[in-house]
Amino acid sequence: MIRLRVNGKSRSFRGDAFKRLIDVLREDFDLTGTKEGCGEGECGACTVLVDGEPVVSCLIPICQIADRRVETVESLGAPESLNVLQESFLVEGGAQCGICTPGFLMTAWAYVRGGGDDDPAAIRRVLAGNLCRCTGYQHIVHSVIETVRERNRRRSARSRKTRSKK
Amino acid sequence: MRGSPGSMEVLRPRVAQEAVRVFGRAPDAIPLAGGTDFMVSWNAGLLNGKTVLDLSAIKEWGRIRTRRKGLWMGSLASHWQIQNHPVVKKHFPLLADACATIGGIQIQLRGTLGGNLANASPAGDTFPPLAVYEPVVHAVSPGGARTIPISELFTGVKRTSLQRSELIESIEVPFLPSRPRRYMFWKVGTRAASAISKTVAAGLLWINRDGTIRELRFALGSMAPTVRRLRQVEAFVTGKKPTAKVLAEACALLEKDVAPIDDVRSTADYRLEVSKNLLRSFLDPGYRG
Repeated sequence: MIRLRVNGKSRSFRGDAFKRLIDVLREDFDLTGTKEGCGEGECGACTVLVDGEPVVSCLIPICQIADRRVETVESLGAPESLNVLQESFLVEGGAQCGICTPGFLMTAWAYVRGGGDDDPAAIRRVLAGNLCRCTGYQHIVHSVIETVRERNRRRSARSRKTRSKK
Repeated sequence: MRGSPGSMEVLRPRVAQEAVRVFGRAPDAIPLAGGTDFMVSWNAGLLNGKTVLDLSAIKEWGRIRTRRKGLWMGSLASHWQIQNHPVVKKHFPLLADACATIGGIQIQLRGTLGGNLANASPAGDTFPPLAVYEPVVHAVSPGGARTIPISELFTGVKRTSLQRSELIESIEVPFLPSRPRRYMFWKVGTRAASAISKTVAAGLLWINRDGTIRELRFALGSMAPTVRRLRQVEAFVTGKKPTAKVLAEACALLEKDVAPIDDVRSTADYRLEVSKNLLRSFLDPGYRG
């Protein structure tokens, strides 16, 4: 039996040790937000976070995820309560057909949460392993830039609040 | 056909010693590290029914340590770990650059240096930097430990001199005796990320006070079945100034050290032309082709 944490909950998996992470997520845990694109590790559509870092779930057998922490797109927000990154993708037009979107969201989320800044070159570099055939990338990059700025605004608002309390 | 999980047998040692013992008993098992190459073939259904020796739980091989004479990198150190390591960035920048050009961040976080070496692709991007830094590969097997100079590791396309039941434990790179005057890593691919090289070059250059070349180390990948050091070019330019005549001769000699082919990614002619331009512009930064 393989134990792991998925979106904050501890889960266990009793099937074949070589079943791919993406298939375990979709078929066994019913988390179908993660999409398979190429199945060759080229397109990044199936990106999830393992221990906080973006990896492609089509290239990982579940045995390698024992005792690790997995986050999928379902952890970000729900349709009625989108998180700040999803909200930006919506406003900036960062999603079109949607197949690549969960992967982009997860790679970008690791970047935003890890303190990444709003430099377009740095954002393009971190998103280089995610392919999109609809948007031409410009809107996706803008979505991430806006998210970083929104994060910074919220942070400084919070620190103003803390200061004024003192 | 697709990969069939039920057809696979997985061996999952927790420590190095156990891995060596298990591999000794199951020498036909395929060692698995980050899986960034293996899983692509597996997904295509090409590796069903195999036994896999999953090394990913062996923590001690995932470390990077600075030693007095050089840097010790466990075989499971990822491309991400390596490119962000302060000692790599300072002393082995070509290796850091190479690791940063492999796939995207998702691949760099999973792919390992040991896996890259064992996979022995002719287009392995870390190989030209390693060829010029001249590390040794530490291999372990039930019979004991063995040290393999990098120049003796690759024997052909996807072939290495690793023997049955031998695992790569680590790669140890010696510090350079003196700082090179110039160094270069250059990958030529179809796009900036997630592209396999058409040609990939790494160079180190030391220059004497009088402007003559003291030492050149120059290696090319994707230009032959294995990475190639340009031994003839290196010997020829030593002690000479990089004049137009010397550069022309060096470029002519380059052809003798490589054997490029036409394939889906490029043509032999293009690869040769670009490689010569890279060599020329490295030896003479003023050169514009």
